[in-house]
Amino acid sequence: MSTTTPAAPPAPARAPKAALFHPTVARLTYRALLGRRRALILFALPTLLVVLAIAVRALANADDSTAGGILGGFALGTMVPLIGVIAGTGAIGPEIDDGSVVYLLAKPVSRSTIIFTKLFVAIGVTVAFSSLPVLFAGFILNGNSQQMAVGYAVAAAIASVAYSALFLLFGTVTRHAVVFGLVYALVWEALMGTLIPGAKTLSVQQWALAVGQRVAADGAITSDVQLPVAVCLLVALTAVATWYAGRRLKALTLAGEE
Amino acid sequence: MTHISIDHVSRWFGNVVAVNDITMTIGPGVTGLLGPNGAGKSTLINMMGGFLAPSNGSVTLDGTTIWRNAGIYRHIGIVPEREAMYDFLTGREFVLANAELHGLGRAEAARALATVEMEYAQDRKISTYSKGMRQRVKMASALVHDPSVLLLDEPFNGMDPRQRMQLMELLRQMGDQGRTVLFSSHILEEVEQLASHIEVVVAGRHAASGDFRKIRRLMTDRPHRYLVRSDNDRALAGALIADPSTAGIEVDLAEGALRVQAVDFGRFTELLPRVARDHGIRLLTVSPSDESLESVFSYLIAA
Repeated sequence: MSTTTPAAPPAPARAPKAALFHPTVARLTYRALLGRRRALILFALPTLLVVLAIAVRALANADDSTAGGILGGFALGTMVPLIGVIAGTGAIGPEIDDGSVVYLLAKPVSRSTIIFTKLFVAIGVTVAFSSLPVLFAGFILNGNSQQMAVGYAVAAAIASVAYSALFLLFGTVTRHAVVFGLVYALVWEALMGTLIPGAKTLSVQQWALAVGQRVAADGAITSDVQLPVAVCLLVALTAVATWYAGRRLKALTLAGEE
Repeated sequence: MTHISIDHVSRWFGNVVAVNDITMTIGPGVTGLLGPNGAGKSTLINMMGGFLAPSNGSVTLDGTTIWRNAGIYRHIGIVPEREAMYDFLTGREFVLANAELHGLGRAEAARALATVEMEYAQDRKISTYSKGMRQRVKMASALVHDPSVLLLDEPFNGMDPRQRMQLMELLRQMGDQGRTVLFSSHILEEVEQLASHIEVVVAGRHAASGDFRKIRRLMTDRPHRYLVRSDNDRALAGALIADPSTAGIEVDLAEGALRVQAVDFGRFTELLPRVARDHGIRLLTVSPSDESLESVFSYLIAA
């Protein structure tokens, strides 16, 4: 081993400029997300949706009601939040858990930049694995009758943004982010959201459906939340979750192994 | 010249005090942070690396606060103790990613890999590396931006003797170049072989600072042991035991020497040659038998 250059006196430590995106952080996050076992679930759920759509069409003719049931019930109600959990928590949680995040944090890169970049990657992965399959399945199910396929795909994309921000936050707050994410996705969104009227108002799924309702033909997609309220809540949730995740990362401490 | 200053720093986790009112300055050259497991070494290094806020006191790099200051990483390279890396990357991809995060590129990554002699395995995935190879790639990632400060937490763990010597030589060179190199260890011989300066931490407290032999001598309230050979051991023993600076003498027949326990280092070092001269005794060997870091360490822990 040998070194070549002598140490020069350091310049004063300036704070790095905050940017919205760092390509290296994005590459590491993307490869971590798609290189682990969780990638199997990312691929499995959309595949299941498409297979289900093909099976339904093989057994019956195109039907808006059946399409609404599958796209609204299975896709928006279960698949999108689950993919959000996998991508959102997976974008940062494992690195914090195993300590490898130290290689990102020990760099002159703003921690806000790290959070923004990871959010963009989580959104991209969630949209790719939820919105596109929803669109594809919608066309298979009823040929985009009443703009249902597009409406549900837009709703899935909108939900992907909010879920990514929310579950990314979970990843910075707790070591049990996946558990909390699953409880939220399956208990709150899929169960409580369908049974308790109040819970529907505080459901990302319902906010996203309000946007999808606007895109699709009248009555094709329904939501329990008015569009202006839904948009405000979506923006507020995404902004607050991202801001707080950045704050958590700035104050992240790595306790010793002693 | 880059200095890390730790000023009256304490850190507690709940009711547990990990670091207790420590003040020290780490300057250019190689400094060993020595202490048993659980002494607070990693906590100190995490605070110096900006990954832990002190509960009390301040940790600064040339006067600039380290905590919540990402700008300091332009000057600091960190080799963490934890094994976890981006195992799905190759060594080259990993070091390149670290270079890019510093705004650097392939040339700097290649130079850092060459410095730790890992070019031969740079295209293998990190998941296939041995512990020593992982340690060297971690070193490369810390050196990629040519930092003036290098912090290493137990860097020799898992390395074979050859790799250990290579890393020691590298750290020695970096210290000679005027960089501030701090490494933690609980292995005394590592520190003894490498560090020009040591900081000893025991049970969260700063137990000692400086050259390890000086530290040993500063502890005048502790007995010092010497192995002494002369041409008349018994006469020498009788003369030495009469002085209060000598607490005990054992005639070691097997070694053919005296084992002397002195309680006043300064006085004893003046006494021994004077007594020998006055009694016409020729001293053949005078060697401290407990100046290894091991003995320094055990005294400090017991103190």
